[in-house]
Amino acid sequence: MLIKTRKSSDVQSSEITLKSVFLERRKFMKTAAVAGASIAVPGLLTPQSVFAAKPDPKRVKLPGVIKGPFSTKEAPNSYDDITSYNNFYEFGTGKRDPKRRAKKFKTQPWTVKIEGDVGKPGAIGFEDLIKPHKLEERVYRFRCVEAWSMVVPWVGIPLADVLKRFEPTGNAKFVAFETLHDPKQMPGQKRNSLDWPYVEGLRMDEAMHPLTLLAVGLYGEVMPNQNGAPIRLIVPWKYGFKSIKSIVKIKLQEKMPPTSWNQQAPREYGFYSNVNPEVNHPRWSQSKERRLGKFLKQKTPMLNGYADEVASLYAGMDMKKNF
Amino acid sequence: MRWYIKPLVFTLCLVPLAWLGWLWWDGGLGANPIEANNRYLGGWSLRFLLFALAVTPLRELLGQPALVKFRRMIGLFAFFYITLHWTSYIVFDQFFDWIEIWKDITKRWYITVGMFAFLILIPLAATSTKGMIKRLGSARWNKLHRLVYLAGIAGVFHFYMIIKADFREPIVYGTILAVLLGYRVVLTVKRKRQRGQRA
Repeated sequence: MLIKTRKSSDVQSSEITLKSVFLERRKFMKTAAVAGASIAVPGLLTPQSVFAAKPDPKRVKLPGVIKGPFSTKEAPNSYDDITSYNNFYEFGTGKRDPKRRAKKFKTQPWTVKIEGDVGKPGAIGFEDLIKPHKLEERVYRFRCVEAWSMVVPWVGIPLADVLKRFEPTGNAKFVAFETLHDPKQMPGQKRNSLDWPYVEGLRMDEAMHPLTLLAVGLYGEVMPNQNGAPIRLIVPWKYGFKSIKSIVKIKLQEKMPPTSWNQQAPREYGFYSNVNPEVNHPRWSQSKERRLGKFLKQKTPMLNGYADEVASLYAGMDMKKNF
Repeated sequence: MRWYIKPLVFTLCLVPLAWLGWLWWDGGLGANPIEANNRYLGGWSLRFLLFALAVTPLRELLGQPALVKFRRMIGLFAFFYITLHWTSYIVFDQFFDWIEIWKDITKRWYITVGMFAFLILIPLAATSTKGMIKRLGSARWNKLHRLVYLAGIAGVFHFYMIIKADFREPIVYGTILAVLLGYRVVLTVKRKRQRGQRA
């Protein structure tokens, strides 16, 4: 009796498909998929979908993010809006330059120097800087001095918790921040549009306020390069340019530090740069703002709507004079 | 001149507007389409103003006096784009908030200068017809239309003043304008001298 054993490489007749039938089937599946999708998503066949981008492999979820305090209930702007409309002059002065030109920006390894009036100065790697803290999601309003605004679900840690680890001394009255200076990676730094590196500063009580955040991500994911990866400041009651990006140095000091836009145009940008609809700016009326995605402008609230939390920091100070 | 040249130039002048329409449809204006729309129209306003100012030097340098036939069309297109730019500011940017608009005009220099350029171009557009040239007489008409030089200067300053850092682009426009106006100055001085010698 002949017993036929089947090798695994043998093909069963039922598996054989004629090429023509195969191609027909493929075509049918494609048509069905497109038809199905366009019923499911009206407007799918608009021109942009023809060039629709594939999901970005660099988008990495951050683990263990908890909900933090102070989040607004306003609807956040889309991930696409937040990551394609950026002022990050290190990568060019156009709003769309950073997304395009920061693609290859290297944020690993990353070291932050902590200097000045602290008990434990030193250089610390990004991971070690973050590790001891819980990552929090904070949905904040973000108001640019150019009179547009967004709502962004940041992920970060309170700056105060980080600074405390380095034991600020009694001399520390201000915090100075510095962005990476690397014209090879940051093509915008090859021109003198600003005096590089970008520097910013906060008064100590502003830096220690629980609203002030060191952000490392948004929408629960690792910070996109164009938004200031790997680590940036977020001070939601001040104009956006105070929230310095891609930080490499934090220095605590007694003297008020210089800040980049103030050096560029002192008449236009003060050290404090608190969002203030009553302080007229020579370029933009600050009484209103355009929330991205909305047609009509809306009124800008005092201190960007965080007056209840931070107005006391400026009690007795003339905010028009100290703009 | 061939019959199709004029319609062809006319169509070409509409290409930037068509492209803007495509950008709106395609989402190509980005996260802040209102700002992008305004910047785009402002850019083409300035470019068309420079095109219009380039016609006279070009026709003299190239020895093509027939080019003058395009001067009015291009000038009116410049006014067309400036009007769209202005409308975009009034409607999209401010949505008829006249109080805010008035504050902008009186407090923000780049708006003041931009408005000025728009206002002085209105009588130029209004007197662009053959009938108006006749009514004014060519000497007076020519004098009035010299206002376009002022509008060009105001336009470049308007652009320069809105930029916060990196002034390359307005400097390019400024240089082109300086060449176009400088050409006229040199020519006027030369002609005056020749007249002086003859006298």
